[in-house]
Amino acid sequence: MTNLVPIQATAAPDATQTAYPKSLSDLFWSFTKLALQGFGGVVVVAQRELVEKKRWLTHEEFVEDWAVAQILPGPNVLNLALMIGDRRFGLRGAFAAFAGLLTFPLMVVLAMAALFTSISDLPTVQGALRGMGAVAAGMIVATGLKLIAALKNNVMGEAVCWAFIALTFVAIALLRVPLVWLLLSVATAACVWAYRQLGRAQALAGTP
Amino acid sequence: MSLTLSGADWLALLTHFMSWSLLAVGGALTTAPDMHRYLVSEQYWLSDGQFTNSIALAQAAPGPNVLFVALLGWNVGMNAGGNAGLSSWWLALLGVLITIVGTMLPSTILALLATRWAHQNRERQAVRAFKQGMAPIVIALLIATGWILAASYGSSTKNWPLWLATAASALLVWRTKLHLLWLLGAGALLGGLGLV
Repeated sequence: MTNLVPIQATAAPDATQTAYPKSLSDLFWSFTKLALQGFGGVVVVAQRELVEKKRWLTHEEFVEDWAVAQILPGPNVLNLALMIGDRRFGLRGAFAAFAGLLTFPLMVVLAMAALFTSISDLPTVQGALRGMGAVAAGMIVATGLKLIAALKNNVMGEAVCWAFIALTFVAIALLRVPLVWLLLSVATAACVWAYRQLGRAQALAGTP
Repeated sequence: MSLTLSGADWLALLTHFMSWSLLAVGGALTTAPDMHRYLVSEQYWLSDGQFTNSIALAQAAPGPNVLFVALLGWNVGMNAGGNAGLSSWWLALLGVLITIVGTMLPSTILALLATRWAHQNRERQAVRAFKQGMAPIVIALLIATGWILAASYGSSTKNWPLWLATAASALLVWRTKLHLLWLLGAGALLGGLGLV
């Protein structure tokens, strides 16, 4: 019977959910720590901390939650924090996680802005920020490019997805159409088309 | 940059950030182009440089990128206070409060209600269609945001080193696992030395 122990020990390292946030303060400080590590891309740190280190979520749960957090309006990581806090501790948990993610980073960024106001006229500072802005713009483009991989199994098919990407890019980046118009036209069309395709897929699956 | 804002203007700032909050599908940065259109091109509350610097600074700082809205509010307040004296600092803090509350409140309430509902109805065709349909839109909005930020530096022929920096950064983040902080540091160094 002694061999039961090693079996359990080998089963533990895979990404199965084994832990929960212990308390409201655990939620607050966990998300504070996560936020203060997140330079440029908080989602990378979020995955590492929540799934691999703390094991509050499995890989699958993280992907599902992230998809919903991304699709809902509002900052993705904040939506994710709300969901995780809410699930375990209800409304109080949601706000503990939310406050953890925002409080200290807000202070840091305001301190940076306050310092920047006094030195903003220096050409070196102007140049440094211009350089960082150019790099930051590239990072955002790259994030979009990386996510294209997620469209592989999209029900609309790759060609239609590319058409919607092109339409959206031209409307927003080149023609500077207000976002609300795009959501009411192109985005609505995409959702209607997806609904149709899902219906067809179900009908096909239903026929013998 | 100096300007005068009335109570109605502050209220307009709040209501605009509240509506962007609900439009920010795929993250707060996706509404940056629309914020630029309103705050810079229409109202002249912010300069082009202040807008881009706010995003660059928020990216350089730790934490969610959405904090760039706090810096937009900060700069609008600073401009309204004439960029000098105690009053401009108070107005800057008022700007932060308005943009943060405006950005967070509507989306947070909606997120809590919607995630509870969506979790209960995740097999419904409409829920799945929304997720699938929005996917390419969300991706294109991110790419467009990066494009607009890069384009805010002016014509591409004159500022080709900046465009090159943007393209190199995009390629490195896309294709390698290089830490983002190195890239931001390199951008700051190249910019500080006047090379880009």
